[in-house]
Amino acid sequence: MFAFIIRRITQSILVMLVVSFVGFAIKNQIGDPIRDIVGERVSVAEREALRDKLGLNDPFMIQFARYVKKVSHGDLGISFHHAKPNVDVILSKAPATLELVFATTLILIFVSLPVGVYTAIRPNNWFSKFTMAFSTLGVSIPVFLTAIMLIFVFSVELGWMPSYGRGETINVWGWESGLLTADGLKHLIMPSIALSSIMLPLFIRLIRSEMMEILETEYIKFAWAKGLFRKRIWFVHAFKNTLLPVITVFGVQIGILFAFTILTETVFQWQGIGFMFLEAVERSDTSLLVAYLMVVGALFVTVNTIVDIIYGLVNPTIRITGRK
Amino acid sequence: MKRHWERFKASYLLYSFKRDRIAILSFTILVILVLLSVLAPMISPYDPYDANNIDILNSEIAPAWMEEGTREFIFGTDVQGRDLLSTMLYGLRLSIIIGCGAVLLQAFLGITVGLSAGYLGGKVDSVLMRIADIQLSFPYLIVAIFVSAIFQVAFGVSRYEELAIPLLIIIIGLAEWPVYARTVRASVLGEKNKEYVEAARVIGLSRKLIVVRHILPNTMTAVLVISTLQVANAIMNEAALSFLGLGMPVTKPSLGSLIRSGFEYIFSGSWWITIFPGLLLIALVLFINLLGDWLRDVLNPKLYKG
Amino acid sequence: MRHLLEVIDLEVKFGLRFGDLTAINGVSFTLDKREKLGLVGESGAGKSVTGFAIINLLSKPGYISRGKILFEGREVNKLTDEELRDLRGHRISMIFQDPMMTLNPVLTIGTQMVETIQAHKKISRADAMDIALEKLKKVYIPSPEKRLSQYPHECSGGMRQRIVIAIALVTDPSLIIADEPTTALDVTIQAGIMDLLIELCEIEDMGLILITHDLAVVSQVTEKIAVMYAGKIVETGPTEAIVKHPSHPYTQGLIKAIPGGILTDEKRLNQIPGTMPTLTDIPPGCAFHPRCTVSQKICETEVPSLISVGEYGQMIACHVIGKG
Repeated sequence: MFAFIIRRITQSILVMLVVSFVGFAIKNQIGDPIRDIVGERVSVAEREALRDKLGLNDPFMIQFARYVKKVSHGDLGISFHHAKPNVDVILSKAPATLELVFATTLILIFVSLPVGVYTAIRPNNWFSKFTMAFSTLGVSIPVFLTAIMLIFVFSVELGWMPSYGRGETINVWGWESGLLTADGLKHLIMPSIALSSIMLPLFIRLIRSEMMEILETEYIKFAWAKGLFRKRIWFVHAFKNTLLPVITVFGVQIGILFAFTILTETVFQWQGIGFMFLEAVERSDTSLLVAYLMVVGALFVTVNTIVDIIYGLVNPTIRITGRK
Repeated sequence: MKRHWERFKASYLLYSFKRDRIAILSFTILVILVLLSVLAPMISPYDPYDANNIDILNSEIAPAWMEEGTREFIFGTDVQGRDLLSTMLYGLRLSIIIGCGAVLLQAFLGITVGLSAGYLGGKVDSVLMRIADIQLSFPYLIVAIFVSAIFQVAFGVSRYEELAIPLLIIIIGLAEWPVYARTVRASVLGEKNKEYVEAARVIGLSRKLIVVRHILPNTMTAVLVISTLQVANAIMNEAALSFLGLGMPVTKPSLGSLIRSGFEYIFSGSWWITIFPGLLLIALVLFINLLGDWLRDVLNPKLYKG
Repeated sequence: MRHLLEVIDLEVKFGLRFGDLTAINGVSFTLDKREKLGLVGESGAGKSVTGFAIINLLSKPGYISRGKILFEGREVNKLTDEELRDLRGHRISMIFQDPMMTLNPVLTIGTQMVETIQAHKKISRADAMDIALEKLKKVYIPSPEKRLSQYPHECSGGMRQRIVIAIALVTDPSLIIADEPTTALDVTIQAGIMDLLIELCEIEDMGLILITHDLAVVSQVTEKIAVMYAGKIVETGPTEAIVKHPSHPYTQGLIKAIPGGILTDEKRLNQIPGTMPTLTDIPPGCAFHPRCTVSQKICETEVPSLISVGEYGQMIACHVIGKG
């Protein structure tokens, strides 16, 4: 088990190095940091001197090494536009996105698990058939369209829900939270529904098909032959086995969820890091863009590693032998 | 060729197709949509790219069946005064072209890698799969968004417009090849140990011949099944990128860009600019998905059991 | 005297999209306490289906279309769901073929044993563990206390099957149905498992139905044999009689086909030409006639019924042999 963890962590570090390499290459080649620092009126010679001083004429790999060192100390550079350290900018916007992802995850777990299990156990009643039909529709509508249509129906036409922003937020030790006010929560509803709309069908189908496959296995048949109560067969024998592949998929999907936050935050003017990213694109703020890449990359890799480790702990066949 | 056609006509595929109403419906609608997009230059009432046709005074006219609409513009006009119907048809065309182009690229790359990794095994396999894993472990959408963003910043907006179509095809194509590689590799590994491969080797056929002529056809069912899904995904990815402003520009809009341009106007009442392209996009993706679902059910050997 | 188990004219069909297929076509036999019956035949002959039918555990499209199954005088196919559930794993236990597939990989052995006990009796977990321990000892598992907290993949194949047998015993059943219990095991372990089953039947006063394609094994374990072919019993009677004087052409072929001359003096490998028909193309008349060396005109049209033959209590279904 220990060897397994070490291997996963090493793999993550490798991925992060690749990501930082790409990020740094971009940062280095695109845009001219000198110009942003000193403006147009400085002479060419002075600019060259400044380049040397800042180490911008050193070989690529040396600059890269320097960059990696800075990053590992938490210095992700300075945003061209905000004129503040990127880390600060990102941290100030992070709570918004994190709360959105949190709400969405809750919806995903509490809807997909029961529905998935139910449609696996009773695949032929009208609810199951309806759900499956609806799920194909769900994966066919891109996130931003769901968001737009939700706004159109519930904000513009019906006027029930607010159409943009986070609403009232309360500052808890530096964390701007919308979870603590009724208004904040109201603003959270449509964005999280929109965000979950594309993942929900996927999970429901996954859980359903996994569970259905498991219900056909020999050991489930044996459980029936032993005369166990159905609830136990479904929720202990079958369900536990269903969870395993679902956990893995969930890990990957969290990363994709972050990607989709960019789309959702745009539509709802949600001031999170996704929204910040798009602003950075519009303003050609490469420094911030690269910092965003690093943060999201690190987040994603961490989540994946944790999920893999959890999977290793939960699945007894791996725990002992230490490998899949 | 004729023999293949005869075999197809007698096949299980055609048989179950004819009996499945949804499959027939999806296929028909898709054929219609593709025809519409191919014939767009001929059937659209206006040419949305022709600057002479566009009059800013015409902007935001409502669809013909509403009070403020006119017969001239059936679905209304967009922000710049372009006829929405025509722009939608051209946009449909762009979405389909980019979607299919990207998938062709993905498939080509992925199948090549998958075949090599699966058949050659050993070091080649580990290296290729490691690359695929690393790429798979990162959400492609972020990569795609990022790459587009960088290109826009690097090239500037006007240069970008010229290169948009091939650029999008490449970006989306490169994003998803691991899916094909993995599937094909799994298929190859399964086939590699079958007797007909053994027989071919014994006869002395070259490796390349074995792989291309014998193994490849057997992996085609898997490839076909994922391809429909991938086309739907590619179209959605392109729409997402365009919606963010990182895809097709407003002057040559795909359905995603149209939705983007119309979004703010739903608040001021001109909802059709966003909603109609949106519905068309949904229809396109939905019917591709339905057809793909049916294809998967039919071609999946596991489900042949009664 | 009432038989432990009576199967009377059992017919089982599978309801498929294009029509119903008959898997078992009028099978009858009886079993008493401490009796061991061998249900023999090739794969697809319907022996496993018969076993499942007894506890009404047929896979989805299968159903009992005709006949009665009486266990301890009660009609099994007329029981309610709850009565059936109580019967299974309690009065009648079943053992499947591959112990690795039979045991749930994510639950401990202790859990899988205790839950069986608790499904049929109100008993504390500690007491149930004691019973489990006692049964593990009965099947000669070394260090049984350790096994309880282990997972299936931590035990060897032979041990796993013993554990499965222990689970079958845990509620002191009257009848054990063993479906190919040793087919998935090494030859060296097979003997041990079969000896165990014989011993347990004696000590625990149980009936045993041994479903297998292995005539050699059956000849050493059982007292009665029923030979099945294409869903019907073609020969039945005392084991010794059938082995020494096989009367039905199919049985004769089977005995001759056993390699190494274990049951006969044959030195060559004899095969029955052709293969058993699948459910969809069973020939009219006697299902065996296309492969039979002594078949006559009547065999192609009329289905033979079981008739007595010889002085040892055998019955065969054949138009040709036994007449005159």
